[in-house]
Amino acid sequence: MLKNISNLGDAALYCDFGNEVNKEINSLVIRYFKTLKLKKIDGINNLTPSYNKLIISYDLKRTNYKNIKKIIENITIDQKENLSSNKIEIPVCCDKSLSLDIERLEKKLNLNRDKIFDNFFAKEYFCYMTGFIAGMPFLGDLDDKMRAKRLETPRVKVPKGSVGLTEQFANIYTFESPGGWNIIGNSPLEIFNSKKEKKPNLINPGDTVVFKKINIEQYKKYNE
Amino acid sequence: MSKNYFKIIRAGINTTFQDLGRENLYHIGIPFSGAMDNRNYLLSNKLVKNDLNSPVIEFAYQGPLLKYHGDRINIAITGDVNFRLKKNHKVFEGNCYETYLLENGDEIDLLSTNKSVYGYFAIGAQIDLELQWKSCSINTKAKIGSNDGKKILDGQKIQIKKISKDFSKKKLNYLNSKIEKIRVIKGTNYDYFSDKGKKIFFEKEFIVSKLSDRMGMRLEGPKIENIIDTNIKSEGLLKGIIQIPADGNPIIMLSDHGTIGGYPKIAVVISADYDKLVQLSPGSKVKFQEINLSDAETLFKLYEMETQNLISQI
Repeated sequence: MLKNISNLGDAALYCDFGNEVNKEINSLVIRYFKTLKLKKIDGINNLTPSYNKLIISYDLKRTNYKNIKKIIENITIDQKENLSSNKIEIPVCCDKSLSLDIERLEKKLNLNRDKIFDNFFAKEYFCYMTGFIAGMPFLGDLDDKMRAKRLETPRVKVPKGSVGLTEQFANIYTFESPGGWNIIGNSPLEIFNSKKEKKPNLINPGDTVVFKKINIEQYKKYNE
Repeated sequence: MSKNYFKIIRAGINTTFQDLGRENLYHIGIPFSGAMDNRNYLLSNKLVKNDLNSPVIEFAYQGPLLKYHGDRINIAITGDVNFRLKKNHKVFEGNCYETYLLENGDEIDLLSTNKSVYGYFAIGAQIDLELQWKSCSINTKAKIGSNDGKKILDGQKIQIKKISKDFSKKKLNYLNSKIEKIRVIKGTNYDYFSDKGKKIFFEKEFIVSKLSDRMGMRLEGPKIENIIDTNIKSEGLLKGIIQIPADGNPIIMLSDHGTIGGYPKIAVVISADYDKLVQLSPGSKVKFQEINLSDAETLFKLYEMETQNLISQI
């Protein structure tokens, strides 16, 4: 349920769907997002769905908080509408040259690496949101025993394609960037491509993701 | 290749092509980008009679040194910039908000911005640039925009597609005023901070740090104490949002910001103050002042009217 609407500064609406992070709440956020995106409401110039919030930015030259709030309060969201999500398989190589934090994860989780990999590859993940850097998917949920805190000192450069874990989430670094997630492996697949303007993201909110383990030979040959 | 081009002899510090930026891409992780100081961007285009959303060259602190080759062309510089023109071996100081006609072989040296950060160099022509999502704006972090998403580099050329044929001299009397108080609206996590922390935020002075760029502005000063949690569940960000991470020092999101973040938001800078905010150079002292939403909306209307009024004077 959309619990509260407030203003975030003078050019955005902050729609609060609660504090919990789960698929049900996030799916509702995504429904609102998709409905508004299709409606192309005059003055709205950006939408940012996240776990349990939706931020609606608008052009203050053309509209204001009161107008947009009224529209959102009276909008009909189809509760049953299918999210039209995809299931995507992502190859990941966990060779020790790419699994940068596996030793750290073994210590943090008190599990050996085989158990960590087995658990990681056995699950199906849900994409809650994309962003921070262009195209980065936030995927959940990891099992309780797989939840580790961020690195105490973030890396200045996380290599492109790195797959990271933090708390209940996994992500993929779509290009080289600073970051503090525990890196378990690397995917040779292009997750974000700015040249494909219509569809730059491989993974979108609401999609299902499975990871497939590949060895270092397959990884090296992947883009040949 | 066109016969009309600028050769970049020295690129400057952070020189990029910018326009109004790109909309409706936050959900995939792409911010607005676009010219940091919108008013000065618009004025530069108006001076040289471009469409107001045309690409211009934005630079920070030190701009480029360019040599022009080709048919005569009109240019203008806005902001608070010291620059020189070299014509037929004669060197003279130029004035901002005034057009200059360049001829084959002329040079223009954008030496420095004066107690400000960003300056704008507009060319009365169509520049040959690739657009992404209808915008040339370069976001160097995501490698998006014209010039392969990279800063303009030493030695490269800027190709001119079509020169505007109206060369009439234009001049505007305008002085960039400085901002001392940044006006803000309370953020969604305002109550995460102690009474003392809130008091510090609104009463004490902060200093703009050197660690500031198109993504964000870091401030230094007394620490702002968090009494609830130094992290929130990650959610959307906007330009102007002031986050306080665990170290207690404010970070203000600017035009190339990350689209999602997990630090508490103490306040948001009002739209009317954004152009002046981005021009605060490292070492500048600032204070925050709280205002309400309806005042912020009125102030933006006034600011926008003033901008339109300046545009119509050209």
